[in-house]
Amino acid sequence: MTAALHRLARTDRLAFAGLVILVLIMLATLLAPWIAPYPADDPRPVDALLPPGAEHWFGTDQVGRDVLTRILYGARTSLFIAVSTLALSAAVGVTLGVVAGYAGGWIRDVIMRVTDVFLAFPALLLSLALAVVLRPSVTTVIIAISATWWPWYARVTAAAATSVSARAYVDSARCLGVPAPLIVFRHVLPNALTPVLVQLSLDAGGIILTAAALSYLGLGAQEPTAEWGLMVEQGQALFTTDWWVVTFPGLAILITAFAFNTLGEGLRSILDPRRTVR
Amino acid sequence: MRRLGQAALVVAGVVGLTFVVTRLVPGDPAVAYAGPRASEAELAQARERFGLDEAVPVQLWNYVRDLFAGDLGISLRTRQPVLDDLALAFPASLELVGTALFVAIAAGIPLGVLAARYKGKFPDLSVRFSSMLAVSVPVFWLALVLQTVFASNLRWFPVAGEYDAALDTTSPLTVYTNVTVVDALLTGNWPILVSTLHHLVLPALVVAAYPIGLIAQMTRAVLLEEAGQDHTRLERSLGFGETSILVRFSLRPALNPVLSLIALVFAYAIVNGFLVEAVFNWPGLGRYAADAIRSLDTPAVAGVTLLVALLYVLANLLVDLVQGILDPRARTR
Amino acid sequence: MTLISVRDLRVRIGERVIADVPELDVARGECVAVVGESGSGKSTTLLSILGLVEGAQISGSIEAFGVDVRTASRSRLREIRGAKIALVMQSPQAALNPTLRLGTLLRRALKRHGVAGAEAERRTAQAVADVMLEPAILRRYPHEVSGGQAQRFALALALALGAEVILADEPTSALDVTVQAEVVAVLRRLRAERGLAVLLVSHDLALVSIVADRVLVMREGRVVESGPAAEVFARPRDPYTRELIAAVPVLPEADRVHD
Repeated sequence: MTAALHRLARTDRLAFAGLVILVLIMLATLLAPWIAPYPADDPRPVDALLPPGAEHWFGTDQVGRDVLTRILYGARTSLFIAVSTLALSAAVGVTLGVVAGYAGGWIRDVIMRVTDVFLAFPALLLSLALAVVLRPSVTTVIIAISATWWPWYARVTAAAATSVSARAYVDSARCLGVPAPLIVFRHVLPNALTPVLVQLSLDAGGIILTAAALSYLGLGAQEPTAEWGLMVEQGQALFTTDWWVVTFPGLAILITAFAFNTLGEGLRSILDPRRTVR
Repeated sequence: MRRLGQAALVVAGVVGLTFVVTRLVPGDPAVAYAGPRASEAELAQARERFGLDEAVPVQLWNYVRDLFAGDLGISLRTRQPVLDDLALAFPASLELVGTALFVAIAAGIPLGVLAARYKGKFPDLSVRFSSMLAVSVPVFWLALVLQTVFASNLRWFPVAGEYDAALDTTSPLTVYTNVTVVDALLTGNWPILVSTLHHLVLPALVVAAYPIGLIAQMTRAVLLEEAGQDHTRLERSLGFGETSILVRFSLRPALNPVLSLIALVFAYAIVNGFLVEAVFNWPGLGRYAADAIRSLDTPAVAGVTLLVALLYVLANLLVDLVQGILDPRARTR
Repeated sequence: MTLISVRDLRVRIGERVIADVPELDVARGECVAVVGESGSGKSTTLLSILGLVEGAQISGSIEAFGVDVRTASRSRLREIRGAKIALVMQSPQAALNPTLRLGTLLRRALKRHGVAGAEAERRTAQAVADVMLEPAILRRYPHEVSGGQAQRFALALALALGAEVILADEPTSALDVTVQAEVVAVLRRLRAERGLAVLLVSHDLALVSIVADRVLVMREGRVVESGPAAEVFARPRDPYTRELIAAVPVLPEADRVHD
């Protein structure tokens, strides 16, 4: 682990920077209640729209809440969405992928065609449609994005599982009468793990962006949840006069997505150099 | 041929999925159409009109049958056939996304070449850094920032809209294709052409940001892979310089993966364009979809979803076709 | 006349010595073979003459056609590459750009060295005929020609550009036995008729014994024996050379049919 870190720091400074930023963001997420200068939801209309200064480093919003505090708590929302979405879509995708890759034949065909259908929808579009169907909330965002993201994992896993299933040791295990679930667990899954991990780290940035976009459109997190996309939406009318209400939450999204993307790229070049960007 | 069959399957699946999603919409579309104070009789009439009184399989059957007839239903909001609405909104989106992709290809590929040429040096690092930024920036935020800085404050570009509305009276546009730039060119309507191009700059740049980053990264990656190939060594041994090898020898075999990426990015750009259209008040699909979503206009949402998904499938088919032309190996296969 | 002269060449990656060659000369019309098993540093030696070894520290002197390869400017080096010294690689099809017709590659290479128009056409026709290919081959893509054809085309490239030395890196080992004979025949004819010098890298001692005038035997980056081919084959001094020669089957052709 430390060796891998050293290697990353030496060979890919961009990815290493991404890792450092992510660690900082995670710390901010965990420690938000202690390091945030103000309570999470503490409107003080008298202090509305104060420009950045000693009292409020990033200024205050239209109802007088500290922007820095909202951003720190917003990190919680974004990371929660990202982690839950990744877990949910990876669980669905990997399961279907393993089944498809191991079973082969018509089962594989059916699963892969369904995957193709879902892949024909750009993530944001299907999320939009689904977010309309379900009531706008953080949970909706997680479900909606997962619905569009699982096919990638299914595809990656199926490819890995197919190539593993074709190998001799799996064949011999099958002939020896080892039960299918055990073969899958012992041989197929571990081999699919690396590409899935790389895919996960690459996807986190995209999920953060999509979630922010949904919230920006009013289809995601709702007041009083602190969410970066929502903050941009609420501040946009004031942008020309009070620049800080839009600038800082937007930068928070940018930096987080950037950190995930660089780290994902770096991991891919270390773990899985043959694959190209999707 | 096999590709066509696969595409047809995907389209069928897309239609089915669209149907499922739209039937799940909470709230009664009939109420949305007839109005909240409509009588039972009026509601029943509306239900009958949209076929909502039928069993679900019958509804699906009707839906598919109507699709084949080119009937996407009536928008609950505009009360116009959805197809007509799309025919009006789509060209504006196409104009925006087309321009953006053109910019993205024109900028992304040379940037990728530059990065590959100076791998590990300053140009490479700056291209990698900025393309990473470009794929990480939230589009709606970038749109707001550019709009505020370059339109509201500096006044270099117009804040919103497709062209100066005053021109509709001074030099009205004859419409052929609904793509304003094309129509203005066809009819020689220079004031509208100039105004539209001027209005296009900012939104097109915002939509282009993500594809520029992706295309530059991909071009760099595949060019570097080509650089390790035997044929590159032969080309070096023949006395060709590094730049010449990248541009004249490696770029063509490298274009294939870049092309597939562009197809993927196309659909993505259209949906990203939705957010940008909202900010710049561009009269395209995004604005139409946003309005439809807000008013629970099921047929309109279904129409937009279907259109974008079909575009995606089409773009993929097109890429297969172009790849065949670019790669002699695929041609003989 | 000496065309290529290598002295005290040492190629290292980090602490590891990839190739250590005290002396290697190639004179006009001469065929020098470097033999040894894979990983013995023979290919690296070959590529260093063209200045094509990357990511390694190189010391010693490499002189080719009066140019000091190690210190020469890139443009000077590129003048020699192709026009004076040509490279023929092991895997003929992988060495050709898959998206270019053979004729396009040849035309571009000629143009690169300032040959165009009628002169280019004349040289192309002559070179293609010299390696016994049909002119129609120029309209084909690499995947549409056989390995033997591709390898002969690589020789045609060298001929058309007027190269005086061919650096051949295992030129036959990726080919079928009959095709090998074909390529060797072309190579021998070109040496006899055009006075081409060849620096051949190979592990195929049967081939080397047929074509080489002089031999260098390499093992683990070092030259263990060198001298006139006839002498080395008849009276090998180094035990490793003896091993190599002993490993050559008495009836090499017949034996290789079976693998």
